[in-house]
Amino acid sequence: MPNFCHLGVNLRITLTVEAALVAGVVARVADAQAFWAEFIGLSALAQPALLLTLLALCAAGRWLRSQPYRLGVAFTLALGVAVPMLVTLWLSPVLAGGETYPLIGVALFSLLLGAGLLAYFNLRARALSPAITEARLQALQARIRPHFLFNSLNAVLSLVRSDPRRAERALENMADLFRALMGNASQLAPLEDEVALTRAYLELEQLRLGDRLQVAWHINKMPADALIPPLVIQPLVENAVYHGIEPLPDGGEISLNLYRSADKVHIVVRNPIATDASHHKGNRIALANIRERLLLHFDLDAQLKLEPLGAVYQVHIVIPYTRERTQPAPARPHRR
Amino acid sequence: MNAPNPPLRVLIVDDEAPARRRLRDVLADCADQLPVDIVGEADNGLDALNQIQQHPVDAVLLDIRMPGMDGLECAAHLNTLDKPPAVIFSTAYEAYACQAFDLNAVDYLLKPVRADRLLRALSRAHSLSDSVLERLRAVHPKARTHLSVNEKGRIVLIPVADILYLKAELKYVTVRTAAREFLIEESLTRLESEWGDTFLRIHRNCLVARARIREIGKLPGEDDGHFLRLDGLDERLMVSRRQYSTLRETFKSA
Repeated sequence: MPNFCHLGVNLRITLTVEAALVAGVVARVADAQAFWAEFIGLSALAQPALLLTLLALCAAGRWLRSQPYRLGVAFTLALGVAVPMLVTLWLSPVLAGGETYPLIGVALFSLLLGAGLLAYFNLRARALSPAITEARLQALQARIRPHFLFNSLNAVLSLVRSDPRRAERALENMADLFRALMGNASQLAPLEDEVALTRAYLELEQLRLGDRLQVAWHINKMPADALIPPLVIQPLVENAVYHGIEPLPDGGEISLNLYRSADKVHIVVRNPIATDASHHKGNRIALANIRERLLLHFDLDAQLKLEPLGAVYQVHIVIPYTRERTQPAPARPHRR
Repeated sequence: MNAPNPPLRVLIVDDEAPARRRLRDVLADCADQLPVDIVGEADNGLDALNQIQQHPVDAVLLDIRMPGMDGLECAAHLNTLDKPPAVIFSTAYEAYACQAFDLNAVDYLLKPVRADRLLRALSRAHSLSDSVLERLRAVHPKARTHLSVNEKGRIVLIPVADILYLKAELKYVTVRTAAREFLIEESLTRLESEWGDTFLRIHRNCLVARARIREIGKLPGEDDGHFLRLDGLDERLMVSRRQYSTLRETFKSA
């Protein structure tokens, strides 16, 4: 059963309904002028009906998904027919000029469209079955740059004789980082874990770069328990170090800003723009990778925006705030 | 070791302090087989060139990826010396460069560096030929930060930001800064492709610094002739008819 509160689901339903309306009107009228009159008249009825239906389905969402699939389908269709019928009864007298639509026609139209949409979502859920999604996520799992691995090993080796304790700490950080890199890519993880991982990574980079790497954390308003896909922040910061800090002789500052606003988690990473632009391709690959993983986890509800702001480059990610552990693919009924 | 050779004078160049310390440690470990005198350390190419001019060295351990002047550019400037030191590149991981290195014409070390590899590289170290350097820089296309000329055995560096114009004359290119002129042996086309954003072609034989253009004027008496003047320079530079339209376009949009 699709989650009717999701933007992506709603968008798909709305577009399908509009397309069906257009097709219906085209079949009935002759010229363009008549088309627009008829289409606007019909939309004035259909839009409120659709909106109310989606609202009702969203409200019933959790209960719907807890029911067996068949019952869920029956209930969804019942709502999908009842709401438009009620709206027709209520609005028909109010809407002046337009012709009235027979109740039975409205019911039939809603029922057919509803059944078609449910079948589509069912098929889509199967296509995006957990196994396939998981394999895709595993393949997209962020990979560490070889450049970083070998430079870090070199830095640790340089410490072994002079400062064994720092060398130990650095190896512990590397162990954490690689455990995460080889971990389960499809499980959402708490934001605070990702922050700890990013700190471990930055500590290693500071070993090499010293004072050239400054980091400003703005996380006192961060929702520590929010669940996010693993390895979203660390690769962003790795990019920021590689493209923003390393090419600058005097280094610079990376700032991380994590906060929650309404039901969204915001992740903002900023770094200075280096004039040397010889490494842009790798940057785009890493970002495309994160973008696809966000899409697999959250469909259209997550965003990734790139914003060059003068001398600063900013990546802004918005993820729905969730504490509920769900599968990345849309929830599906149990089948045996 | 049978002959009492003087120790090899080495300069360590890397932007990361731990990497320099690591090289020191490994060189100290090899001291029995190969006595080495570490003349100094530098954290970028420019600093390395300055140090080498003050204290000549036999070999340079040169990191490739550094901010500011990188290792490949540094090696190119070193090659203008009459007796360039041997160059051994070091790199953490540069997949493409390694293919070029394997031509066997270049000594390179992969970080983390092992003592035996370092020994082998130092014992056969030699200076690079221009053609090999050229090939390496083709794999690592990055615009140089300086041009260099050899004057009385010393490297004179000309920061690209100081250059007002570049003018081709027979075999040479004249490099003009506010203070003076230099002659270099490079082709104008190549310079243009390296710094297309910084310089603008105003004539078949002339590139000028975009940011330094002061005025564009019409020559009196002649038809369609235009000239251009740069900041801090009285000289009038000829603008060819062909480049004049591009020049005007650039200025309109600016």
